[in-house]
Amino acid sequence: MELLAQNLLNGLTIGSFYALVALGYTMVYGVLKLINFAHGGLFMWGAYLGWTFLTILGFLVARTGPFALVPVVILVMITVGLMGVLLERIAYRPLRGTGRLPPVISALGAAFILESAARNLYGASYQVYPTGVDLSGRFNLVGNLTVSYTQVLAVVASLLLMALLYIYVNYTRTGTAMRAVSLDHDTSRLMGIDVNRIIGIVFFIGPALGGAAGVLVALHYGSFNFTLGWTFGLKAFIAAILGGIGNIPGAMLGGLLLGGVESLGAVYLGSQWKDVIAYALLALILIVRPTGILGERVAEKL
Amino acid sequence: MIADTMQPAAAQTGAAPMLEVNNVHAYYGHVHALKGISLTVGQGEVVALIGANGAGKSTTLRAVSGLLKLREGEIKIAGKSIAGVPAHDVVYMGVSHSPEGRKIFPTLTVNENLNMGAYSLGGAKAKIEGHRDRVFALFPRLRERRSQLAGTLSGGEQQMLAIGRALMNDPRLLLLDEPSLGLAPLLVKTIFDTVREINKTGVSILLVEQNARAALRLATTGYVLETGNIVLSGPASSLLADERVRKAYLGEG
Repeated sequence: MELLAQNLLNGLTIGSFYALVALGYTMVYGVLKLINFAHGGLFMWGAYLGWTFLTILGFLVARTGPFALVPVVILVMITVGLMGVLLERIAYRPLRGTGRLPPVISALGAAFILESAARNLYGASYQVYPTGVDLSGRFNLVGNLTVSYTQVLAVVASLLLMALLYIYVNYTRTGTAMRAVSLDHDTSRLMGIDVNRIIGIVFFIGPALGGAAGVLVALHYGSFNFTLGWTFGLKAFIAAILGGIGNIPGAMLGGLLLGGVESLGAVYLGSQWKDVIAYALLALILIVRPTGILGERVAEKL
Repeated sequence: MIADTMQPAAAQTGAAPMLEVNNVHAYYGHVHALKGISLTVGQGEVVALIGANGAGKSTTLRAVSGLLKLREGEIKIAGKSIAGVPAHDVVYMGVSHSPEGRKIFPTLTVNENLNMGAYSLGGAKAKIEGHRDRVFALFPRLRERRSQLAGTLSGGEQQMLAIGRALMNDPRLLLLDEPSLGLAPLLVKTIFDTVREINKTGVSILLVEQNARAALRLATTGYVLETGNIVLSGPASSLLADERVRKAYLGEG
């Protein structure tokens, strides 16, 4: 029982990372109907940039310890967000109107570029975050149930970012315009919405969240290398599909669900079955409910 | 006899007409959809554009709102050319377009749809609420359903929302595409009465309709489109009486 609860707690942690990264896939899919395969790469760059900034800001880490993470995460979010905007301008916008396949190929190309660049710049070996920001202590919950400080930080930060996004998308003028653009570009233009500007904002916010997740994931696992984008990033993509791609609450739900199911599988089958479980769940959902759990749209009546 | 070059009254007084379309050619892919059409909407006028399916009526509206780029010719809003102006900026010139098929945002609420209609007004809250009240006065049903998702509305309500949304930015020129499509006859009358009311507040209207009779009764001027060409034009009353129009579009003879 305790083992189960402990694993569920870990599942929740991983799940909130999945959710945070899944948001980037789902938001871009929403406005462009494009699977941004480069998103995993941007997320992985978040981990590397976090490591770089922490190294450069070593004096800050020495003085403030883990609190140095706050400016670092913000800096990473801005940098990765700008990388996302640049990616859209270079790799996707010129291909707008050429159909759905060319941008996907371009996305795959961009993913490889991001991955190779990281490997060439930082090397293929695992990187470890500076010990100054180490949060290795653990809270004791009931019984032998514990959570690490990192876990608490990661979950709280993820949930906070998701809540902010939810408020932004649902209750602001630009957020509503974002939802309008994901429904219909031309009609949005008729409202006076600059569709390219909205797409630019989406390509900032999605990768920014992914970048933050990169730092949190690296912090949680302790070490990472350039394969993080494909391994972890692809799982987040599955989470987006599970929840219903294009649907923001769906991405959050899909992430938490995937994290939870994986951790349950780890208890009952062994952790080496994690990936099998994730992909089997994906197959199951696609068969039973191809639109994903929340991926249903209210039909427009004629 | 109907003159093909008939000009509405406003143009003759010297003030720039609300809308001038001069010799416009436009393509959908390789299809030559508009083959040199010209038309004018005077200040405060209702102009009806009638014709069969695929004649180019909706295409004309898309060209005016900037969604479709011109191959040739010129479109002027109150004397200002829209050449090089992106579609989302044409709205700021006072043009509002209620498109073919209504195109409401189904997963947004009625209120959010109206908010999007007022997007070009930015954060002018008081102004936007004023316009919202006006829309609710025209279509009380929308007020009742304001928190509902637009996709759950009936066809007639969706049409009201499409028109209401187009009124939210207080346009000078309203482009209405088939406001009566798929509606019960009683509702069609309501919609046309409302369009008349909107026009009385000073909004110029370019109306595209399959329901030629209702459209011509409402309009001062009419144009008949056939396969991308304007084949007839003149005062709406003369078109209503015209033999060719009666045969082809009013189901008589």
